[in-house]
Amino acid sequence: MGTEIDGKSQAGGLWGWITERFPIDEMLKEHVTEYWTPKNFNFWYIFGVISGFVLVLQLVTGMFLTMSYKPSAAEAFGSVEYIMRDVEWGWLIRYLHSTGASAFFIVVYLHMFRALLYGSYRAPRELVWIFGMVIYLALMAEAFLGYLLPWGNMSYWGAQVIVSLFGTFPVIGDALVEWIRGDYYISDITLNRFFALHVAVVPIVLVFLAVAHILALHKVGSLNPDGVEIWDETDERGIPKDGIAFHPYFTVKDLFYIALFMLIFCGIVFFAPTFNGLFLEAPNFEPANAMQTPPHIAPVWYFTPFYAMLRAVPSFLGTQVWGVLVMFAAIALLFFLPWIDRSPVKSIRYKGPVTKLALAVFAVSFVVLGVCGMKPAVGIYPTLARVFTVLYFAFFLLMPWYSRIDSVKPVPKRVTYHAH
Amino acid sequence: MRTDKLWPALAAYALLALPLASLAEEGGAYPPAGNDIRNHASLQRGARNFMNYCSGCHSAKYVRYNRIAKDLGIPEAELKANLMFTSEKTFETINIALRPEDAKKWFGTAPPDLSLIARARGSDYLAAFLHSFYADPSRPTGVNNTVLVGTAMPHVLAELQGVQTAVFRTVPGEGGVSKSEFEKFELTQPGALSPEKYEDFVRDTVNFLQYIGEPVEAQRRDLGIWVTLFLLVFSAFAYLLYKEYWRDVH
Repeated sequence: MGTEIDGKSQAGGLWGWITERFPIDEMLKEHVTEYWTPKNFNFWYIFGVISGFVLVLQLVTGMFLTMSYKPSAAEAFGSVEYIMRDVEWGWLIRYLHSTGASAFFIVVYLHMFRALLYGSYRAPRELVWIFGMVIYLALMAEAFLGYLLPWGNMSYWGAQVIVSLFGTFPVIGDALVEWIRGDYYISDITLNRFFALHVAVVPIVLVFLAVAHILALHKVGSLNPDGVEIWDETDERGIPKDGIAFHPYFTVKDLFYIALFMLIFCGIVFFAPTFNGLFLEAPNFEPANAMQTPPHIAPVWYFTPFYAMLRAVPSFLGTQVWGVLVMFAAIALLFFLPWIDRSPVKSIRYKGPVTKLALAVFAVSFVVLGVCGMKPAVGIYPTLARVFTVLYFAFFLLMPWYSRIDSVKPVPKRVTYHAH
Repeated sequence: MRTDKLWPALAAYALLALPLASLAEEGGAYPPAGNDIRNHASLQRGARNFMNYCSGCHSAKYVRYNRIAKDLGIPEAELKANLMFTSEKTFETINIALRPEDAKKWFGTAPPDLSLIARARGSDYLAAFLHSFYADPSRPTGVNNTVLVGTAMPHVLAELQGVQTAVFRTVPGEGGVSKSEFEKFELTQPGALSPEKYEDFVRDTVNFLQYIGEPVEAQRRDLGIWVTLFLLVFSAFAYLLYKEYWRDVH
């Protein structure tokens, strides 16, 4: 039974006992039941929650995989087959995890593109964006480390190629590569340390970063497809007129979209888990073989846009480091978005034709580069990769200029919303 | 229509086009194997073919005998009598006595384990490979293969298929130098099976190889239908809940 002390209602029982000792009540209010969320969120705004959902899925399935996986060069490949054949529901856990890795990148790329569309990175949300970008870096590291663990031939040679990239740095290159591998080649030692990093270090970093990302967001409040600050218009209670409680409104909405996501996700898990060699590559069904490369080495699809840029840059001055630098720069540039976007408006809805064209060119470049990175560097692909690498960089490097001079439409005072 | 409504469609298109683009390239390299992993009779014949013709040199070290018996509906006594030629126990995996070091000396390369060969190469490839041996006196085994040129594998199935001769034709190549190109096979020495029966034999064998590549495949697909149905019903109720709550939002 609740009692009243100093006019404040106090919950009794276990819940009351806890709330007197732990701020669970305040936390729930601040982040869930009284987190005022813009009511005009559209389809693009579901991918943040879905990314969180996939993170949990990966943590849980990953935990079960570690119970049967053996991180040793002699046993790793066989232990994955043991999981696929002999462990109860092991095949399902493994397919959920392998499909989850690709799904993570799909939803994170869509989530990031949402930020580009509606200016989610603009002041005062720079830190939300930067935490997000660091999550993206950690996610790439996590995916790369995890890809070695099945110890298939593509795992082996993929790791070999990516680790060798560090060897292109002048002077320190060779020592750096040796330090990363812990050996003169990709070996049992490399596998063991990649396992440690994949299951312990990076997941902890990812979880902390995800918390920081959400805390930073809740400090400044969510933006919306109109790019209007809802806190500029509050009612007599001090609540944004266009804000609604995260729970129950967005919890029920997200529940529906998570169900839709699961429908597509499970469709892949149960009917096409290799996704035609894109999510699980055919050469990876052969064990790692240091004497025999796969016919064509390419990273998994989510890295191929950057891989295409790497290959697009010719080596000169006797070193191939330029391609590596271009690849890193392609990611590093994203960090600067909050400062290079000089448009007076945030949302694409009120931006001019030049910005819209630039964003379209960027999206097309990313996809075309992704396809180029999957193909052998012959025929039209090297040329395509070079053209679209230039376009990709132009999107960022010219942004300070075109975002300022482009025409804009008047931004409404309140969000546009049509009730269902 | 607001312009940003177009974006989801464009993004969806881009995401779909990506895998489809690679699909177009990969498919169609070999004629479809035409096997069916739900056909237990075919899988049982395939198991027989595998044990009689493949398992002398190729292991399937991730595949348990009793898993095959259970999945394909073979009583354990029959499994022991007809499919197990070694002293292994039924819960053991399909291992072979041929040592890789010896195989390397005799063939030049150790015969690969076949547990995952269908997943690594594809069923269509395997069927094409088993159809494409031809007489080539220049090779140590007396045969070559158009699918895997210079293969170290002898034509183990020659007694069934017979011996094929490859017919090459001369086509103009680069720089006016003509080169020979494969045209067709001619069965010069018939085997124990007619060409149609040999095709069935290969189809059954490849079917079995696909099954051992992923024994759970049929179960996975069956379960997938129920999972999809559940998620459809769940989505429908989740949608109704969402719309009900959002009636208050104006």
